[in-house]
Amino acid sequence: MAGKKKEIKPLATGDKTIPPKGAKMIPIYIMGKEYLVPETLTIMKAVEYSGFKYVRGCGCRGGICGACATFYRYLGDYKLHTGLACQTVVGPDMVLAQLPFFPSNRPDYNLEGLESSPHEELRRLYPEVFKCVGCGTCTRTCPMDIDVMDYIALMKRGDLKGAAHKSFDCVLCGLCASRCPAQISQFTAAMYVRRLHARHEVPKAAHLESRVEDVKNGKYERMHKELAKMKQDDIKKLYVEREREPDMSELGKWMPEDKEHL
Amino acid sequence: MSGYGPEFQELIKKVVATRPARVEASRRGESFPALTMKEREIWLGKYHPDYKSDGRRAVEVGPNKGDVFPEEVSVLLESKSMLTDVEVNLDNPDYETDVLVIGAGGAGTAAALAASDEGLNVLVSTKLRHGDSNTVMAEGGIQGADQEGDSPYYHYLDVIGGGHFTNKTALAGAMTNDAPLIIHWLEKMGMMFDKLPDGRMKVRHGGGTSRKRMHSAGDMTGAEIMRVVKDEARNRTKSINVLEFSPAVELLTNKEGAVTGAVLQNLETHEYYVVKAGSVVIATGGFGRLHIQGFPTTNHYGATADGIVMAYRAGVSLTDLDSTQYHPTGAIYPEQNVGLLITEKVRGLGAQLLNVDGEQFCFPLEPRDVESACIIRECLDLGKGFTTPTGRPGVWLDSPMIDMLHGEGTVRKELPAKYIQFKRYDIDISKEPMLIYPTLHYQNGGLAINEFGETGVEGLLSAGEVAGGVHGRNRLMGNSLLDVLVFGRRAGLKAAELSKKSKKGKDTTLTLKHIEDFEKELKKSGITDPMVGPVVLPDYTPDHVKSRRWTSL
Repeated sequence: MAGKKKEIKPLATGDKTIPPKGAKMIPIYIMGKEYLVPETLTIMKAVEYSGFKYVRGCGCRGGICGACATFYRYLGDYKLHTGLACQTVVGPDMVLAQLPFFPSNRPDYNLEGLESSPHEELRRLYPEVFKCVGCGTCTRTCPMDIDVMDYIALMKRGDLKGAAHKSFDCVLCGLCASRCPAQISQFTAAMYVRRLHARHEVPKAAHLESRVEDVKNGKYERMHKELAKMKQDDIKKLYVEREREPDMSELGKWMPEDKEHL
Repeated sequence: MSGYGPEFQELIKKVVATRPARVEASRRGESFPALTMKEREIWLGKYHPDYKSDGRRAVEVGPNKGDVFPEEVSVLLESKSMLTDVEVNLDNPDYETDVLVIGAGGAGTAAALAASDEGLNVLVSTKLRHGDSNTVMAEGGIQGADQEGDSPYYHYLDVIGGGHFTNKTALAGAMTNDAPLIIHWLEKMGMMFDKLPDGRMKVRHGGGTSRKRMHSAGDMTGAEIMRVVKDEARNRTKSINVLEFSPAVELLTNKEGAVTGAVLQNLETHEYYVVKAGSVVIATGGFGRLHIQGFPTTNHYGATADGIVMAYRAGVSLTDLDSTQYHPTGAIYPEQNVGLLITEKVRGLGAQLLNVDGEQFCFPLEPRDVESACIIRECLDLGKGFTTPTGRPGVWLDSPMIDMLHGEGTVRKELPAKYIQFKRYDIDISKEPMLIYPTLHYQNGGLAINEFGETGVEGLLSAGEVAGGVHGRNRLMGNSLLDVLVFGRRAGLKAAELSKKSKKGKDTTLTLKHIEDFEKELKKSGITDPMVGPVVLPDYTPDHVKSRRWTSL
């Protein structure tokens, strides 16, 4: 570090883990090797506390990116558990291994110009989805509590809307695919189905289409130019006096007094 | 059993006690009064971390020499290259590409898609996986004026008002103008927007908006956007090649200083790769993981300002990089959720902020910097905050009001990810409030760009959080997802145009001359022992481990 770095008085207590007073130290096993860590840490923070530095297996640290899929067991217990390392709290005698990557099947496709119905397209692209054996391991494996087997069943039935919504919370961690006896990559198939459904089965926003036309015709660039020429005090006045749409207004019904700038 | 122990339960009673009256008032449309423009200024000056002079100093080298930045930023701007005094061979590039995009979050991916639309080949370099970025973490929504009672004109007014009139007007104009185009582009790519049955976008207010224009996809709007644009890029393997775990660590320039490529480092094999490119887009995101002023952060693991460092050495100037956005509502309890972002949508749905006595102390939808200042004031100045068992100050965010206002089940439906994240620790946020405090959320400033993403250094463009000026000194909710896509696309298109031009006689030699020059300047300024930058990944090694590392790694 540069010699000039001075002590900074923080306004906050930082990102460092502060174990609560009297926190107990518990043994965990990272890839089979024992480390002592304070209880209450997440797996991710416990691994870092033990001295590891992540390259793979760490992303948003907030439970939404799916980078830190983890398998674990407890010593002396046959049950296999899964979780996101950034969201799961360590327990005594946890034996854990993170999944840095898992190969998945993801065929390329063109969302436009479908040759057949969305359901047929799915069958053509992901034939393995239709070979699901219904064991339910995927559902038990999902760290986001998604009923994976159920959305696969909906896909088989052609209910793409149901499958799209049921799979919506997916963080693409790949844990489901890692355990599937039918070798399905559920999460890539679900990604495809969500896009298919949103593109081809949900009505388009008509108000958006007409606004896009206005934008393309340069309507608002002209207004912006007008604003750019104004004095700052006049702009501030416009800002302060602008009408606020009421919170409880009905979408598409409320109109402001000033319609000149719509 | 509740995840809140008995000492919390006593205090929650105070929140519960005032709740019925607060819900009734909300139903009548009454709210705690917002601060006036004058009051905003005073409160910001007194309580916002940006305005405290502690922990800030002038940087001594480079295009912004003399400008004051947070210490963590200044030190980094004065860092030296990894490739200093190292034998490098730049003669045989490992990759030659029309466009190099550095960073694979929302902005980088949008840039890659735009350049690919123009028929060019794109190489994308990224530090972690494709999509690991702050984009996935943006929850509340994306703004775009597409309803009949709204227009880009009002969106623009909201943006510059929220930014305290410090925004670059051309950038704010470009962003608000393109917003409907971006929403339309996402809809066409099969993004699952929240919609009414007839296809109308379900939009709502955010802090500082005059019209409802916040589009969402549950409370995973950014994650949904990211997975859709990434999926689209993955359909184009012929034109878009993504190199994961291979961040750029230095730009390469020709003898005149125009950018002609970059050096990447494979984080797993530690090999360096040389890339020759017709044009380069920097879309590396923000600086949250530098933990400015000791704040926890909502940012993803890779947010270490690498692009700022590289571009600064190549001569790009910075705008407003001394301005940091603290999101008013970061979780402080339980410990596992510290720094976790609690989306503004929670307040958009009617949840109020309350002090330890269960009283309101501010309008819940002030611009973010004002809201943060209000919370810091309540906790540190008035001493009416809550203190957790781990010593973190904070206030209540009364989420149970949401179900009372909008019907049972609204929290679960509208905030599924947040609901799960607290439920894991036995806190049901539809029945119990959350504890929050401001958290380091967003880099307001960054590389100076024009409305096409150009940086002023030939061949180098930039987009997204790494660039500055769009939001001025404060950004409104829902404009960062918009920003990354608008300027990602604009930069990608411009990069494609420049790359095509560069084929006609541009000097495409690859040198590190700008690094040599920068290091001369460091020496001249008396900086003898600079740190090595970019940081690439933050270091969370605890002291008890460090003390046993007798030799360097």
